[in-house]
Amino acid sequence: MTRSDRLSLAHFWVAILAFGAASAMAFMQALSRASLDLPWRSAKMYYLSVTAHGVLMALVFTTFFIMAFGYVVVSRTLDQEPSGMKLAWAGFWIALAGTVMAAATVLAGRATVLYTFYPPLQAHPAFYIGLTLVIVGSWCWGAVMLLSYRSWRAKHRDQPAPLAMHGMMATVIVWFIATIGVAAEVLLQLIPWSLGWTATVDPVLARMLFWYFGHPLVYFWLLPAYVIWYTVLPRVAGGKLFSDPLARLVFVLFILFSTPVGFHHQFMDPGVSAGWKLLHTFLTFAILFPSFITAFTVTASLEVAGRMQGATGLVDWIGKLPWREPLFSSVALSMILFAVGGIGGAINASFGMNAVVHNTAFIQGHFHLTVGSAVALTFMGASYWLLPRLSGRELELGLLARVQPYLWFIGMMLFSFSNHITGLMGMPRRIYDASYGGSTIAAAWKGLTGVSAVGGLFLFASAGFFMLVMIGTGLAGKRTAVQPIEWAEPLHPVAAQRTWLDRYWVWTAVAIVLVLIAYAYPLWIHLQMPRYGSPGFKPF
Amino acid sequence: MNVHLYEKIWMWASGLLIVAFLATITVGVAGSALQPPSHVETIDPTSVWNDPRFAKRGVSVDEHGRATVVVIAMMFAFQPAEVHVPANRPVTFRVTSADVTHGFEIVGTNGNTMVVPGYVSQFTTTFRTPGEYLIVCNEYCGLSHHLMSAKLVVEAQP
Repeated sequence: MTRSDRLSLAHFWVAILAFGAASAMAFMQALSRASLDLPWRSAKMYYLSVTAHGVLMALVFTTFFIMAFGYVVVSRTLDQEPSGMKLAWAGFWIALAGTVMAAATVLAGRATVLYTFYPPLQAHPAFYIGLTLVIVGSWCWGAVMLLSYRSWRAKHRDQPAPLAMHGMMATVIVWFIATIGVAAEVLLQLIPWSLGWTATVDPVLARMLFWYFGHPLVYFWLLPAYVIWYTVLPRVAGGKLFSDPLARLVFVLFILFSTPVGFHHQFMDPGVSAGWKLLHTFLTFAILFPSFITAFTVTASLEVAGRMQGATGLVDWIGKLPWREPLFSSVALSMILFAVGGIGGAINASFGMNAVVHNTAFIQGHFHLTVGSAVALTFMGASYWLLPRLSGRELELGLLARVQPYLWFIGMMLFSFSNHITGLMGMPRRIYDASYGGSTIAAAWKGLTGVSAVGGLFLFASAGFFMLVMIGTGLAGKRTAVQPIEWAEPLHPVAAQRTWLDRYWVWTAVAIVLVLIAYAYPLWIHLQMPRYGSPGFKPF
Repeated sequence: MNVHLYEKIWMWASGLLIVAFLATITVGVAGSALQPPSHVETIDPTSVWNDPRFAKRGVSVDEHGRATVVVIAMMFAFQPAEVHVPANRPVTFRVTSADVTHGFEIVGTNGNTMVVPGYVSQFTTTFRTPGEYLIVCNEYCGLSHHLMSAKLVVEAQP
């Protein structure tokens, strides 16, 4: 095993174990939704498990998986060891220490503030410090990624960056721009306040800084999944990538439009005027465009694959695809779910219409299709492909791996669709009990919350299968010769010369200008306004 | 850059769809003044009970029949817990929080706003259908969050 693969594997296992723990937390929520009177069921346990599920899935599983995948892309597309191995390992240990610190605080019941940690709910300082360390660790990773690219570029002046690396560069740039917001919130507001150094914080300012980070966070998760869709999936499907230049354009558009959109999470907030919310609405819709292109290019690549296997009709290429191959089925099913989730996202972003769905179960229905399927199911599928190639062990329990993506798909259909409907009926998200003192209005949600709970059980079974395959492979997989990682080839040869799409400094500069247009003035007005801070509360 | 004809068609179609979405929103904003609750007004969250703007809570109706509902949200209740408003008349809700961030959602309508301490949330709506409505807190506010609700009664006018 190379030094680089060992580094990737260390990150990979933290991601997998965090996923397993987070799935167990989700199981408790599913049982709660079913209103089963189990002995350990309590409001305290429910809200604690919602917090732990959110932190471990959204922040720990994703970040560690993306760090692992980034190092794989460096070592297997640039054919070099990541530059700055010491920094990379330092980042790993810092992020792991932060994860342990934050998770322990949550599990001890001292930080039941949900993963959005809106003040003036006040967690124990160890929670905020732990999350800060996770981010600092990820910054070390980002620096290693940039250094690796620079050292490769020094030796390959005119070559275009390999497509997978291009996508990961976009991921790193989005991440650096985005994390400025949450770093400002946590370092300037929450840590001093939770330590008692300052008495109060402004909760709307905190929400502005959080959502400055919170929406590009979504693209930090999604872009590596897109890298897998563009550069791994077509080959696994037995075909070729339909268009290389459009794929590159997609990643550049994400660098530009990921961040200046955060107010669409604050449509219902007081203290932010409607004009700025409308500007962010327009920018939010711009970011649909690269995802529309992705839908075409990836589907066209799959059609190419089907035709290369001999399909000739209008739709028979779909049947020629390797539906029994777990990476393929995971990604294909995740894309179907994402198509629905993407349309739901456009509804959420629709300025006026948001009032109907804001903070209802519709929202959790939505993001379990996006981050919970497009991202998580793609990462699970990629794990089946990655683990044997990194560890030199054959995949164990292959039957479970084959069934698992379909279980996830069924579970997510039941869970997500029922939550979309109860959300439209007005049921709030994140509630321990939905009876509201026997209200007849709330009683109408009942049957569908049961469907949602059944979906949760399917998802838990799917997550359990995934964990068994991972742990089985890691501990007992038959050792084989290390296999190479092969990336998808484009249908038409790539231009020999690098193009304007590789000019990352230019795109970063344009992205920063857009961020300033969207945020500098509203933030400045906000800070000028006479404001009153809030003391902290710990109602948990 | 070599772009396939089908891709060009798709990209134009996608662009047009996005423009159509935004045009719909613009028509809503310009034509029906449809916008999310975006009132900008601050208040000291530690003294909301004595603040003249929130000292008298409940419903007041002016000479034109327009109602104003003043509510304080707190862990884990709305004060007052029951309000009666007239149907087919504009009703303005003014809500603030005495402690953490809450939500104020009138189930089955598009009446929905965050309630953030230090700020006053305000929106105006008209209820066409008389009857009993459920108001819920839709932002996690502590261990009894799911118990935080109130009742709204929309009364038919003679």
